This record gives sequence, C-alpha cells and structure tokens, in this order.
Amino acid sequence: MNPAAANLPFSKLLVLFAGLALAAAPHMERLPWWVNGWLLLFFSLRIYIGLVQRKLPHRNWLIVLAIGGMIGVFLSFRTIFGRDAGVALLVLLMSLKLLELKFMRDIFVAVYLAYFLALTNFFYSQTMPTAALMLFTIFVISASLVCFNDGSRRLADSARAAGVLLLQACPVMLLLFFLFPRVQGPLWGLPQDAFAGVTGLSDSMTPGNLSNLSQSDAIAFRAKFTDTPPPRRNLYWRGPVFWDFDGKTWRAGNTRLNNDYQAEVRGQAFDYEITLEPHNRNWLFALDLPSRIPAQARMTQDYQLISLPPVRTRIRYEVRSNIEYRAIAGADTRDLAIATRLPRLGNPRARELAARWRAEAGSGPDSNAAVMRQAVAFFRDSRFEYTLTPPLLGENTVDEFIFDTKRGFCEHFSSAFAFLMRAANVPARIVTGYQGGEVNPVDKYMEVRQAEAHAWAEVWSGADGWTRVDPTALAVPMRVDAGLAAAVPKNSVFPALLGADAEWLRAMRFNWNALANKWNQWVLGYNFDRQREMLSLFGVQSPDWRFMAFAMFWSTAAAIGLVALWLFGRWKREDPVQRAWSTFCARMARAGFPRSRSEGPLAFAERSGRLLPQRADLIRNIASLYANLRYGRNRDPGESRQLRELVSRFRPR
Amino acid sequence: MTLDAALKSSQAYTLWKWVSRRHEPEPGRIVLVQRRVYVLPTRHGLSFGISLVLMLVGSINYNLSLGYVMTFLLAGMAIVSILHTFRNIAHLAITAGKTEPAFAGELALFGINIENEREDPRHAIQVRCEDQVQSVNLPGRRVTSVQIPVRATRRGWMQLPRVTIENFYPLGMFRAWSYVQPAMRALIYPRPDGAALPPLRTRAESGDSVNVGTGTDDFAGLRSYQPSDSPRHIAWKAVARADAMLTKSFMGQAGQELFLDWKDLPTSMDVEARLARLTRWVLLASEAGLDYALDLPGAGIPPGRGEEHRTLCLAALALYEPGRR
Repeated sequence: MNPAAANLPFSKLLVLFAGLALAAAPHMERLPWWVNGWLLLFFSLRIYIGLVQRKLPHRNWLIVLAIGGMIGVFLSFRTIFGRDAGVALLVLLMSLKLLELKFMRDIFVAVYLAYFLALTNFFYSQTMPTAALMLFTIFVISASLVCFNDGSRRLADSARAAGVLLLQACPVMLLLFFLFPRVQGPLWGLPQDAFAGVTGLSDSMTPGNLSNLSQSDAIAFRAKFTDTPPPRRNLYWRGPVFWDFDGKTWRAGNTRLNNDYQAEVRGQAFDYEITLEPHNRNWLFALDLPSRIPAQARMTQDYQLISLPPVRTRIRYEVRSNIEYRAIAGADTRDLAIATRLPRLGNPRARELAARWRAEAGSGPDSNAAVMRQAVAFFRDSRFEYTLTPPLLGENTVDEFIFDTKRGFCEHFSSAFAFLMRAANVPARIVTGYQGGEVNPVDKYMEVRQAEAHAWAEVWSGADGWTRVDPTALAVPMRVDAGLAAAVPKNSVFPALLGADAEWLRAMRFNWNALANKWNQWVLGYNFDRQREMLSLFGVQSPDWRFMAFAMFWSTAAAIGLVALWLFGRWKREDPVQRAWSTFCARMARAGFPRSRSEGPLAFAERSGRLLPQRADLIRNIASLYANLRYGRNRDPGESRQLRELVSRFRPR
Repeated sequence: MTLDAALKSSQAYTLWKWVSRRHEPEPGRIVLVQRRVYVLPTRHGLSFGISLVLMLVGSINYNLSLGYVMTFLLAGMAIVSILHTFRNIAHLAITAGKTEPAFAGELALFGINIENEREDPRHAIQVRCEDQVQSVNLPGRRVTSVQIPVRATRRGWMQLPRVTIENFYPLGMFRAWSYVQPAMRALIYPRPDGAALPPLRTRAESGDSVNVGTGTDDFAGLRSYQPSDSPRHIAWKAVARADAMLTKSFMGQAGQELFLDWKDLPTSMDVEARLARLTRWVLLASEAGLDYALDLPGAGIPPGRGEEHRTLCLAALALYEPGRR
C-alpha cells in the first residue's frame, strides 16, 4: 500500500479540491443550472465534513445519488452520451467522488477525473487563455498528487516538485506533439452536438440576417498573400451563390459541381493561403475569381469552392485568383431561365420600373448592358442610406425598400438589384461572402471578420459573362472603399475593433490577433499537412509510419536521457578542487610516488619533494594550495583556478 | 567482457538472485547502485496509462490539438517521474547498526543506518521487513537510523531477514525498490515460561564446607575491584588514596545464593522447556537481587549478580546446543 493510505489529511485534500474546482469552473457557464447547483452543494458539503471531521456517507447513498444524477442528465439532454451530456455526467460523478475519498485509490480516481475534466474544456475553447488556465489546473492537480506521495512535506515543496516534473515533461511533450502521426478525420462518427454554435454565413439570405453577423468581430478566415494583396475594392471573397427567390428569401436552388474549369482569366494573379475558421458548412472562400483551386476543393458552375466534408475544424488551403476575368460557366439556357425567374406576384412598382428600362433598351444583343446601366444609375442617384438597423419591411420588400424607406444593408441592396434585373428579364443572381479584410501589420496576415459579410449581385451580360454589380458600393461607396465602419452612421451599435477611434487599442488588438494566429497556425492547426510541411523543413519527404514511429521513439528516448543526465549528473560531479588533487595524486602514483592513504597533503609533498628534488617547489606549492583550499580559513576563489592550472601543467618527470 | 560477466552485472541477474533467494547477508556498507534498484509501474501507474490512452483517443477523434498537448504533457510527466522515483532511492548507503537482544516471541530491533550522500533530501522512503513498514524522510548529507522490528521466533542468533527499501515518490505511479540484507544478527533469548523461583539452596547443601560467601550485610574488608561489582560498593575514598580500584566486601548470609541447575529439572521436560524454565529463573533471580549461578551441561557460570552476569547467563541459555557436553 502506498504511504498515507488511510491517512488523507484535510489540508492535502483541499489542494485536490482546488484542482477539481479549477477543472470544472469553465464548464459552469455551459452546464444546466441544476448541475451547477449539485456541484456547489457537494463541494461545500465535503469541505464542511472535512472541517467538522464527520464521517463520510455510506457508499449506498452515493450509488443512489449517481443513478439520480444520470436520470437528471438524461432528462436534461435526452441522452447520456455525446459531448455536453458527457461533460455534465463527468461533473456529477466527480462531485460524488468527493464524498468517497477514503483510500489512496480514491485519490487516484479523483485525480484522473480531474485530468479528464480539464481535457473536456478543450471541446469548447482552445484559445490561449483557456490553455493557460488548464495548464495551471494540471499543475494544481499534479501538486495534489505529489503531496499525497511524498511523506509529510510542506505543500510548497510538493508544488515545487510538481512544477519541476511538468517542466521536465515539456521536451517529451513537444517531441510527441510534433511527431505523433496525425490522422485525417475522426476515428468514428462524432455526436450530433459536436459542432453546435459555430457562426458564419448561412445557406439562404433573408434581408436582416447578415446584419446580425455584422455585430460579430470574430474572425471568419485569414489570408496570407505571397505578394501584395489586391486593393480593398477588389477584395470580394466569394461564398454561397443564390438563384432562387420566393419574394423574401434567396436560396441556392441551382448549384451543381462543374468538373471543367470554364473561365478566362487575365492580368495579375494573386497567390494566397487561407486559414478558414470552422463554420460547419461546405463552402470555402476565395477571391473572385479563383483560377487555381485547392486539391481538397471542388468547383461549382457558379464558381463556388466546395469542400465535400463540412468545414468542422480550422483548415488551410492555397488558392490563386485573378481579379480580371470573364466568367462564362453556368449559362445554359436552363441556368439563364432560372436566373430570370420571379414569384408571380408582389412588388408591382419595382416591376413597373424594370419594364420601363427594358422598353427603353429594346431587345438587341447589347440591351442587357443598357438595362444594367440604367439600374446602376438608379442606385447611384437615389440617395440610399446604409444602416445596420434597417426598418422592418412588409409584404413587398423590394418596393418598400427602394421607394419608401431607402435605408438598408447590403442584403437589401443586392436583393433589390437582382429583383429589378430579373423583372427586366436580365439573368441575375446573388453572391454572398465577405468584402474587405484588414492586414494585420504584425504578422502580415489579412484578417477577414464576420462583420465583413457582404452580399452583391451578378448579372449575365452576354459577351462579358457573369458580371459583378455591387449595388451597395454604388449607393454607398464608402462601404467598399473604406469598410463597414466608415459606411454606417457614427452613432450605430458596432463592434469595437472595426471602429477607428482608439489607435492604441487597435495596435493591441493587432498584436493579440497576430499571436492568436500563430497559436492557430502552429498549435491548433497542427495537422497532417502541417506535420508534413514541418518534417520537410528537416529534409524528410513523405515519411511512412515506420519512420515516424522510429523518429518519435528515439527522439523521446533521447529527451528523457537528457533529463536523466541532468538529474543524475548533478550530484555525481566532484568539486573541481578535489578533482585537481586526485589528478595530481594519480600522476604522482604513475611516476612511482604513490601517496599512502594515511598521508596528509603536506606530509606527502614533503616526502615526495625529497624524492623528486627538481619538482619539490611545485609539489609543495600544489599541496599547500590544496590544503589551504580544503582546510584554510581564507579561501580565495582565484586559488582554485591557480591549483587547477598548476595541476594541469604538472608532470612529475 | 564475456557474456557471463555481462549477465552478472545486469539488473535482471541481481533481481533473479534475490527472487530465487540465492543470496547471502552482505557485510559492510551496502550502496544501492543502479543495478540493484528495480522500477516497475504500480497499479495506479497502469490505470493512469489507460486513462492516457482514452484521452489520446478522444483528442484524435475530436481533433483537439490542446488535447494532444495535455495528453503528451501528462505522459511526459509520468515518464519523467520514473527517473525521480529511481533517483529518490538510488545511491543510498546502508550499514548495519546496533541490535538489541530480545526474547523469542517478542520483537527484536535491528538498527540500520541509511546514509543519504546527496545534498537534496529523499522523500517517503519505506523500509519494509516482513510485515513491518516504516516510512522515513532522509535529509541531505545525513545518516538516518531506522529501527526495524522483527518478530523473533527461535532462540539463538537471528540474522536480519531481507529488507526491502522502496518508494513511490513523486506520483505514486511507479515503485522503485531494492533488496538489502546487511549481515547483522541479534541474540534471541529463550522465551521464559511462567514458573516461580525454586527454593534457595545453600552452598553447604551443595557440599562445600567453608562459608566464604559474600553478602551485603556486614563490612568485611577491601578487595580488588572486579568488573561485575556494583558502583555502590566501590570504596571511592580508598580509590582516591590508592591507585587501584578497590571494592568494599561484605559478609553475607550464607545460603542466599541460588543455584540454577539443568540437572535439577525433572527429566520429563525437554530441552527447550528446560531452557525456558531456566530463563525464567534467571530473570526472577536478577529482579530479586539475588546471587545466582547457572549450570548447563557443558557450561557453568559461577554465582554472580548484576546486569553483566544476567546477560552472560541469558546468552548461555540462548546459545545452548544440546549435543555439547
């Protein structure tokens, strides 16, 4: 049995409780109220029992409570498996375990539970603050384990021992982390709730829902350009494309994969790498118009990039785009027919306006371009106002927006524009995505935020293919040229970062974001590809699993060996004075003048000096230096060096 | 180095020697060198390994980078703790200390000295011998004495059984241990039985005609000091005058001497029973402050008193061998 088997002092238990509390604390904001209550109740109950030294409750009570807790979890979550229910169950059982700490075995079980609970925090957040908190948690838990195993020492000593252990574990951790083979994709199906609560664009567009997104300054993705990025007004990041309009909502409707790349690109090509935050949908973002697409992506006939599995982890991909292009795919007769379809009723005034434009343009080959010019002029001249809080619209959303309220967000603009185009029999569709992006001056990554979500229109203009028209930019040029912050009125509710007010705040946020990006790229985003990339830096190309296992095993063994050398070398090292004296004696012995064991240094020097008259002074000098360093009162640090030098040059003959 | 020599310097060989009990008590200073110290995971260490595997599988499945970090950090900690467990016990030096004689059936105390040559302290070292365990913390550069209680079963010399020096520091996941058996023995006296003292027998009865016995009653003169004399009877004044140590001798009542004789015991008693009875008598006589003599086949101890005399008698009883005449 281990020490302290039946002897678990309360002060040491408190350290363990602190570790458990730290591991459970971040979960409390996500757990149902009754689980939090349970947790607090049992913690305070256990501390009360410890303070007044009562007996712990009988095991049967705990079994009953455990079953009750399980039923509670089932009622709350409708399952006892899955991520959230599992965490709740873990918290319940852990708080029950507090009442069952009787033997060393129980301590170990509680410690394992605490480690597990700490790990589960990473399901919800893997940011740097979470990591720091959990590192501290692991430290406290480990310190509690040490203090139960090291006799009766002070807690500070146990904490120091745990700290030393964790520090020495770091090289092993780093090697394993970088070399442990990463697999792509989960080992088995993930529970349904694994990706709840991620934000991003949606698969439909109703005026009003993007403006919710624009309250969020969360980063949607980061782009790293090989050369200078294109100017801001060209930063249209293409996302889902919508063809279907039912009078209120735009939906995908007519999107299919297209295996042949059909587009003509001209001018300068931009190469960049995108690190996309998970959004639990299939689309990948790229600048209009992608000309070389990443290997894991497919392209649709309306130029969306699609990843076949939904994006559930942060992924990286490389794209090339050209901002000058002629997009000619997706223009079959059927496509164009869908792109002019409108609900039969609604918005009579808009239809009337469109009909007038069409009548003026006629029906020649360039008539579509003429209608478009009319519409562009209309949006530029009709004093629209850009706002994040548009007034509510009734039945005829387009009519009310363009003739009455004249206040809206990019969805209103693009939706109205596409409606007018279709009403004039010009094929048009809606593209959503992001417009803009800000280069972080610290690490040169361009950050694109959810707040920069945008919607624009594309019109089929015959010879020029699908042409982008951004009615928002026409009506409110500030939105595209200077960003969202400039476009909205000063007093509106708005994420702090996009506002340009506090320079120092922005600088701080840039630094923090750059650090967070490093963290994302190298810690959180360390995956199969990153591992390959990293190994190729060391000259290892496409390693197989045997090589990986070999490298991992031996490098870890070497790291442990170094720690062992450090641990064991420290106390084997003789002190330099003693070593010099031993060397001297060994040389004398080899020359035929061994020192007898009972002979002191001065006596030995006297005797051997008589035998070796030509070296007598030197020998006496060495011996008296040694004697003084060993036994003398005034030790001069220079003497130690002097002794070593004399001995290193000393030859008896 | 031949294969045989290599084998002999391996840990497995020393362990096999201990396990198969092909070993002898070692005299002198025993240093727990590397190859004498064995390390294996404990039950808790194994269960921790299983927990780590679960954590790793979870991290792989959910692609939790920080899950990997944490799992590997804990794994590294457990691996490094092996070194600490090993280091906590390696290079301790053990020497035999004092032993106290005991009666069979009681606990004999074997003192061993554990020397920590290192600067830093060793934590929670457990000294285990048969069913007795003690946990000690050893401060740096000190010699710490540990009394190992061992239940004595038979009279005679008793060698200290195998002692296991082990520890679980720092995490309790690994156990490092070493076997030592310093050559040291304790004298175990026979277990006394519950009899009463036999009747006193005067020297006359035993055949001597002249009463030369000494007593404590009447001063009879000075004689030269003998080591068994009580300090109370030393003639300190006379010692101050003369160079020699002198003892006051008193005339005692004849017949206050006790003769504890093997031959007086009934023949129905076997050897051990007789020894038990004689031991009892020695103890009682010594307690009562009587002079007593012990007569065993092959060994006779003349009458005397005092601690030394008692020890002499008890040792004779403990070491009695029936075959000797």
